[in-house]
Amino acid sequence: MAYLDINHVVRKFGGLVAVDDITVGLEQGEIFGLIGPNGSGKTTLFNAINHYYPANSGEIIFKGIPITRKSTHEICRLGIGRTFQVVKPLRRMTVLENVMAGAFLRINDASKARDKALEVLDFCELMHRRDVPAKDLPIADKKRMEIARSLAGDPELILLDETAAGLNLVEIEAAMAIVKKIRDSGITCFVVEHVMKFIMGISDRMMCINFGREIARGTPREIASHPEVIKAYLGEEYAKGK
Amino acid sequence: MALFGQTFITGILIGGIYAVIAVGMTLIMGVMKIINLAHGALMMVGMYVCLALFRSLGWHPYMGMIPAMIILLGIGWLVQKYSIERVFGVETILPESQVLLTLALGLGITEVIRLIFTSDYQCTYTPFSAKCFYTAGMSISAPYLVGFILAMAFVAGLHIFLTRTDLGRSVVATAQDRDAATYMGVDAGRITNFTFALGTALAAAGGAMLLPIFYTYPDVWHPYLAKCFIITILGGMGSTVGALSGGLLLGVAETFGATYWSPGYRDVVGLIIFLLVLLLLPGGLKKVIGR
Amino acid sequence: MAEIKTMAKKSWFLPAILGIVFVAIPPFLGGYIQHLLILMMMWITMATAWNLLGGYCGQVSFGHTVFFGLGAYGGGLLLLHWGISPWWGMIAGPLLAAIIGIPIGLITFRLRGPYFALSMLALGETFRIVFTNWVSVLGGASGVVSSRTFGINKLPYYYIALTIAASSVYVVYRLMHSKYGYYFVSIREDQDAAEALGIPTTKYKMYALIPSAVFTGLAGAVWMNYIAYIDPEVVFSLTGISIMMILAVMVGGAGTLWGPILGGVIFVLLNEGIRATVGPISYLIFMVIACLLIMFLPDGIIGDWAKIKRVFRREKPVYVGGE
Repeated sequence: MAYLDINHVVRKFGGLVAVDDITVGLEQGEIFGLIGPNGSGKTTLFNAINHYYPANSGEIIFKGIPITRKSTHEICRLGIGRTFQVVKPLRRMTVLENVMAGAFLRINDASKARDKALEVLDFCELMHRRDVPAKDLPIADKKRMEIARSLAGDPELILLDETAAGLNLVEIEAAMAIVKKIRDSGITCFVVEHVMKFIMGISDRMMCINFGREIARGTPREIASHPEVIKAYLGEEYAKGK
Repeated sequence: MALFGQTFITGILIGGIYAVIAVGMTLIMGVMKIINLAHGALMMVGMYVCLALFRSLGWHPYMGMIPAMIILLGIGWLVQKYSIERVFGVETILPESQVLLTLALGLGITEVIRLIFTSDYQCTYTPFSAKCFYTAGMSISAPYLVGFILAMAFVAGLHIFLTRTDLGRSVVATAQDRDAATYMGVDAGRITNFTFALGTALAAAGGAMLLPIFYTYPDVWHPYLAKCFIITILGGMGSTVGALSGGLLLGVAETFGATYWSPGYRDVVGLIIFLLVLLLLPGGLKKVIGR
Repeated sequence: MAEIKTMAKKSWFLPAILGIVFVAIPPFLGGYIQHLLILMMMWITMATAWNLLGGYCGQVSFGHTVFFGLGAYGGGLLLLHWGISPWWGMIAGPLLAAIIGIPIGLITFRLRGPYFALSMLALGETFRIVFTNWVSVLGGASGVVSSRTFGINKLPYYYIALTIAASSVYVVYRLMHSKYGYYFVSIREDQDAAEALGIPTTKYKMYALIPSAVFTGLAGAVWMNYIAYIDPEVVFSLTGISIMMILAVMVGGAGTLWGPILGGVIFVLLNEGIRATVGPISYLIFMVIACLLIMFLPDGIIGDWAKIKRVFRREKPVYVGGE
């Protein structure tokens, strides 16, 4: 049994099957990358794991506990954190307050939550922004704050949804370093991404999906040269090596 | 048995009139995505315009309906452009400040009418008002019937407008996806102004249809506002057919409630349906019918 | 002089001065002013209570009059059916408000934003209609008549109202500086993000609703005892109570601690001032003020203080980076 088991998960929206029978298992402590063209179902899969748009059928099991029917906040409490594709800051709160909101998951006392939040901000190299209202942050810091907010709840698995979107090259490098740092501290990372440099550079294993179905699985190098992956992104001609 | 039939038919007739008022709200809600709590008050203003024309020129409300609609077209346009639009999309600490504004506007307008016309119940009584048709042991009131026919004409006309004319289709487009409509060359701002005015005019028309049946007073709109919501949510936002089905359904339910339960609780029937619908049917009847 | 200046900067200074003013001075004031002060304390309580759920937690209720009315009828029903002194209503009223608040919350919190606001509005109206029509159990339109325990002496009512107002502010203060406060604001800012952070949003909305209902109910209970008469059309009024609570909070500043306090005071003064000067059109003036407030000063005096200062100094706004 894997650390996070996704078994034959299906998610439909009316007639559209966004996630079409995906099965994959994540091992503890790895960085697992998920790629696929736009609309392939990546974020929908995350939403299913997180119970935002629950799976129509299939099972999701985390550390041996079935979480398919549990509510979003219960899943978070069990140890799965999440960042969002379109970042969701708690706008009128400062960065520190945002992270404290995450810290209160395991801590009840306000001053202890503050200490924990400062610790996490330090880890994520955001201390210099701690008193800035979240709505005034540039996009890279907003994303970093969202990661910090999630980390403050001591997750064991974190779902990172398009962390590198909208970031410039320098910011991407910094984000890659943070994700590696997170993994090295013992947290498993499930990463969805479009920016190839980011995801190829950090993943231990990867999977590519298209139209809600798996089309390739393997190491980053294997994925990069896999004909189905090339076909999905660039079309048939490139896959045939024209 | 005759009572059942009469109740049912009366429910349908009044439901049709409700539909005209509600369809205005559903259009506004579809395009602006805000809840317009001034809708009821504006309908009431329409009623008072008809009343004034009746008193001064002897015009029956069915005739006064046209000038009432024109006047409310103007008032609606002004209110939307110079007040509601100002807070559209502005971020405030307190959410729902737009809804609150429409409520304050509605209440303020009510006070203005109260000042001019006093709180007295007023009506436009003519021999026609009491006329009834008798059939199969049931009595059907003439103003209900005529009001219903006019209402159906309006609903049909609106439907054709929205589906067959460019302006109408622009309205629907703006309601479905404002940004996409803008990229297609639709001036979303002006369409919004227009739709608000149009919705308000429809409310005035509905009010004109109600006036011969009942009477009016400044606060008359309270229950009708609730009815509009129920119908909007039952029928789904921005749908003419939905507003019609919702209106008819509500009319029938209410009339049965008033006949078989108690007239005093007529509006409670509506409120209960409102709460049930809010909780159970987020997509409205449309979702159930599958249109 | 210098010592006073340093003292003035301490955080307890303003509350202490206010405390002295509001506790020691009223016995020396005339009956009419005492009446106004009682109203102020009541509206401060109601505004603070509404602000907890609406301003801090972001759940805007257009129907808080339900809790006010229940607070009043708690004592009223005891008196009506069993002849029990309405002072027991000070416990029964808020208790009733809380007990009924729980199922109300569980049902309405499934709705978001404007739909929640509307459902509370519908509930308020439903309660009003039911209490006005159901004569046998609830007394119907004639309401409940009681007698004034302290005769024409207003002071006891004032001190009771003052205590309730002060407690409401204190409770809200403590809540907002704890985990509850952070969770409330998180729910307001982004409910979905809050869920993803492990916050059971419905549960915490209830944690905001219950104190809000209880304190609103307490205000109703005080009202019942002070006025010695309950009119269901008044205590369950949409226009007279639900909307006014929101306005009082808005004028002071939603989502702040002092906003509702300032708002409650301003509201009572405004009410009296408007009624005294323009009489019949007072409600209209109120609505005009409300519209202007929402259009130009939506975050209230405290929230939009920077804007107010700018207007008076004729400065231009400074735009900070970010979206």
